Amino acid sequence: MSGRRIADSGRIDRDRPVDFTFDGRNYSGFAGDTLASALLANGVSLFGRSFKYHRPRGVLTAGIDEPNALVTVLRGAKREPNIPATQLEIYNGLVTESQNRFPSLGFDIGAVNQLGAPLFSAGFYYKTFMGPVIGPLKGTRFWMLCEWFIRRAAGLGRADYEPDTSPYGRMNAFCDVLIVGSGPSGLTAARAAADAGKRVILSELDPVTGGSANWSGETIGGKPSADWAAEETAALAAMPNVRLLTRTHVWGYYDGNTLAALERVGDHLSAPQPGAPRHRHWVIRAGTVVLTTGAFERPIVFPGNDRPGVMLAAAAQRYAAEFGVLPGRRIAIFTNNDSAYHAAAHLSAAGAEIAAIIDTRLTISNGARELAQKAGGELMLGHAVGGTSGSRAISGISVRQVDARGTVSGEATSISADCLAVSGGWSPAIHLASQAGHAPKWDEDLQAFLPPNATQNWIGAGAFVGAATTAEALRGGRNAGLKAAGAMASRAQQAKVDAPELDPHPAPIFEIRATDGKSGKAFVDHQLDVTAEDVRLAHREGFMSVEHLKRYTTLGMATDQGKTSNVPGLAIMAAARGIAIPDAGTTRFRPPFAPVSLGALAAERFGEVKPDRLTPMHDWHVEHGAIMMPAGLWHRPQIYGLSGETLEQAYVREAKAVRQSVGMVDVSTLGKIAVQGPDAAEFLDRVYTNKFSTLPVNKARYGLMLREDGLLLDDGTTWRLGETEFLMTTTTAAAGKVMQHLECLLDVRWPDLNVALTSVSDEWAGTAISGPNARKVLETAVKGTAVDNESLPFMGIVRGEIGGAPVMICRLSFSGELAYEVYCGAGHGTHVWEALLAAGEPFNTLPYGMEALGTLRIEKGHVTGAEIDGRVTARDLYLDWMLSKKKPFVGSAMMDREGLAAEDRIRLVGIVSLDGQPLGGGAHIVESSGREEPRKSIGHITAVCYSPALSKYIGLALVNGGKARHGQRAFTADPLRKRYGPVEIVSHHFFDPDGSRMHG
Amino acid sequence: MIITCPYCGPRDVVEFTYQGDATAVRPDQTSTDQDAWNRYVYDRANPAGKHSEVWQHSGGCRAHLVVERDTLTHAIGVVRFAREKTAKAKAARPAAPAKKAPARKPATKTGARRRAGK
Repeated sequence: MSGRRIADSGRIDRDRPVDFTFDGRNYSGFAGDTLASALLANGVSLFGRSFKYHRPRGVLTAGIDEPNALVTVLRGAKREPNIPATQLEIYNGLVTESQNRFPSLGFDIGAVNQLGAPLFSAGFYYKTFMGPVIGPLKGTRFWMLCEWFIRRAAGLGRADYEPDTSPYGRMNAFCDVLIVGSGPSGLTAARAAADAGKRVILSELDPVTGGSANWSGETIGGKPSADWAAEETAALAAMPNVRLLTRTHVWGYYDGNTLAALERVGDHLSAPQPGAPRHRHWVIRAGTVVLTTGAFERPIVFPGNDRPGVMLAAAAQRYAAEFGVLPGRRIAIFTNNDSAYHAAAHLSAAGAEIAAIIDTRLTISNGARELAQKAGGELMLGHAVGGTSGSRAISGISVRQVDARGTVSGEATSISADCLAVSGGWSPAIHLASQAGHAPKWDEDLQAFLPPNATQNWIGAGAFVGAATTAEALRGGRNAGLKAAGAMASRAQQAKVDAPELDPHPAPIFEIRATDGKSGKAFVDHQLDVTAEDVRLAHREGFMSVEHLKRYTTLGMATDQGKTSNVPGLAIMAAARGIAIPDAGTTRFRPPFAPVSLGALAAERFGEVKPDRLTPMHDWHVEHGAIMMPAGLWHRPQIYGLSGETLEQAYVREAKAVRQSVGMVDVSTLGKIAVQGPDAAEFLDRVYTNKFSTLPVNKARYGLMLREDGLLLDDGTTWRLGETEFLMTTTTAAAGKVMQHLECLLDVRWPDLNVALTSVSDEWAGTAISGPNARKVLETAVKGTAVDNESLPFMGIVRGEIGGAPVMICRLSFSGELAYEVYCGAGHGTHVWEALLAAGEPFNTLPYGMEALGTLRIEKGHVTGAEIDGRVTARDLYLDWMLSKKKPFVGSAMMDREGLAAEDRIRLVGIVSLDGQPLGGGAHIVESSGREEPRKSIGHITAVCYSPALSKYIGLALVNGGKARHGQRAFTADPLRKRYGPVEIVSHHFFDPDGSRMHG
Repeated sequence: MIITCPYCGPRDVVEFTYQGDATAVRPDQTSTDQDAWNRYVYDRANPAGKHSEVWQHSGGCRAHLVVERDTLTHAIGVVRFAREKTAKAKAARPAAPAKKAPARKPATKTGARRRAGK
């Protein structure tokens, strides 16, 4: 093949030459060229080596469907592999490399693979590397040995290992009508919808709009079609309700008419524009989608059909018309339909010599005949190309007679040609429709799959729905645009199209075969080197379903997703099975329609979209040396460490201070739900396992909540503030879950209950003050109420003032000490906290953090989320005394099921480290000692600490049998942290089991 | 997926939380019929096609909605407040003795709907 530039043709800008390199050689093209067109213009025909056999490959197409001419683009140290040269716009300084060749594209060692070709047939891996070891050359171990070589020899381009530092963007867009594809039908649809005042987005994957109008050579409305398209585009661009997206491919059709698109913003520029992303990921919500995605031309499968210089007919026409490049000097045409005659005439007019037009059909339309005459060259009807010759590029073809089934026979005629333009008919680009529709429909006349019935709100027009002519496309586009806009059809004049009258129906021929069988490889999937013979081999070996065919041969599974190979592959399988093509089935197309950069999908996602929740006293904690730790969304003080202190030293000091005198902890993070209304008490009776209707006003009660399935949901205290008003507290982590649980019950199950729920977690600041001197601190700090044992008994509530701020105080204890929770409005949080601290100064009141809080509760044997992990029952935690027998509650019917009441469940115990070493949360408890066989787990540790009260490392655990094991010895096994050691199983009430301290 | 909340209008699905099968019937609070409870907690019809589901507009008005959704296409049909539906169902159904719920085969879609009083 010897391509060359022709004068004054195409949309390239001849005043702007562009320099670039391919495989280290400098070339020059023009602005507007793709790498493919520029290299063709420079006489390059060899673009790459094939995947498996390392055969020389050229350019097959002129668009996104390209399977052969894949290159790697280098920008500095960045390598981006597998870019179709047909999609890559050249820019000054563009550096590209061919792929899958060593040492060079011209001389490739891997081409020896062709000699061993019978070895590499479909199923090569399965046959060679799987199954039992027989001799030295089979099995998985053999695979391990060969993998390195195979991975090097086979494959596509090589990516780099550098992080991708390119900027990527993301955009959410909304429109009434989204039009995908800007060919004649897309442009008219956009115009119709835009004229009706709708918000329109028109997307086009190429850099310029117009689609086939840019190269068809027809006239629309008396103007060359390319000019018509440019004028229509300019008119649309001037409308404020229209957005044009070029270099954008819509690749995914998701529910709710949500579509995903990728805009290649900066790939065609030498240097990225400041502030602009490289790619932009669009999420487009469209009222109606108009699919005008056109059609892909199909190749015909014949021996030697992969030789560089074999090209689709419309692609050859496109190179001449759009880029001013003739792909050959002497071009042969091979077709089974009329559309290639168009290409022949066009190429001839552009200066190429038409060597011959070879048509498999015996009769053709008058329009085609006229075009053939215009084109010149011998018209060979009832013939087919049975082979090609040439080393690195095509130099000649051999033509023989062909029957209606594609079998060639008779004498071969040799014809010299440096380019073979092939057309096997057209396949509508139904990819997006397939994502938003049922199975595609086979059309016998067009020999193609037409778009399916829609499951979403889209309309099709143009070649996408099988329109045969531009006039039909314009009409269909206009109607689709009007329908999408909800506008009435008008009698507006349609632009007149001047085009030859052709027969749109191809002959049903997909493959050319010789009866003697000695004809060389005929490729179906060029990118993965799948031949027609591979498809038949799959059939012989039983992989007949289209899904099996794909996986066994890898047909259609490359980066081009079989845009040129799916239908021929299916047709060959159908022929082998002796059934009709639609009976052989078709695969549905999944997103993406074409490759999408991962960077774009990840664009502008910065961490998690979650708030940081800070308590009202947060700044105070930070200023006073607290180390903050996450607790769900909240930030809570872990310790208030002194310099030089370890974590353990700090929390032990804090916990000791509480037991000895008094300490304060910020409990503002507890979930707080206002439960109000005439039926509030009844509601609480239903959701808690124990009764709340009997709770007197100004008293609090500890409550347990179960899920519907009888497992524990959460625990907490609920305060009765009035006859019809309660304040429920939940654990910090479960606040949202509990709120949702309660709302669901009220809304869905018991709408008859008159109860209102309000989350008030953020309205109240809470401080727990605990220790033997807690009451003395309160007595100093609180005005307006007495806090002695009589006025404020255990679980009592009083209201007063601290530092002038109104407070509500409830006497309850999580630490096992005499303790109070002081609540005030969130805005007074720090003020009250500081006032309490000042009042506590004589008693050396210390603020304490989560570690000390945990230590105190473990010593006391109180449970939290660590134990209530969604798998335990109230019995498991020895809380069955809280399960009322007098009333039903959520979970009461399900909690007594056999499995939940079984004796061998894991139940709450305390454990003590016997070797004086710390325990690890999550470690298993095993019966047999240690390291050798730490297998049979009898439970696991849920929480650990060093207990200053006991001067031991202790923990809580859930252990098989629970109480029955008190006093037994067991072992902790923690292989990940390599911690093994003896423990004693004891009661979880380590400290002050009778509660005399907190009741005192 | 866009769900049209009767209070807030059409909103993206990210604002909603799935809260289960709307055809599941909670036995009367006092019922001790283990089969009925088992059906309510565990048995689901898993239809391919139209399904009635509870969604909470958790990122909005927090109302629970009964949403008709096609599990094949994600098409959203009628959306109502769960509160209204249940209230209507209760009002429309003659008060039946709660204890009389006989053990039935796992709920079919239509069966469950009928029991929901739809």
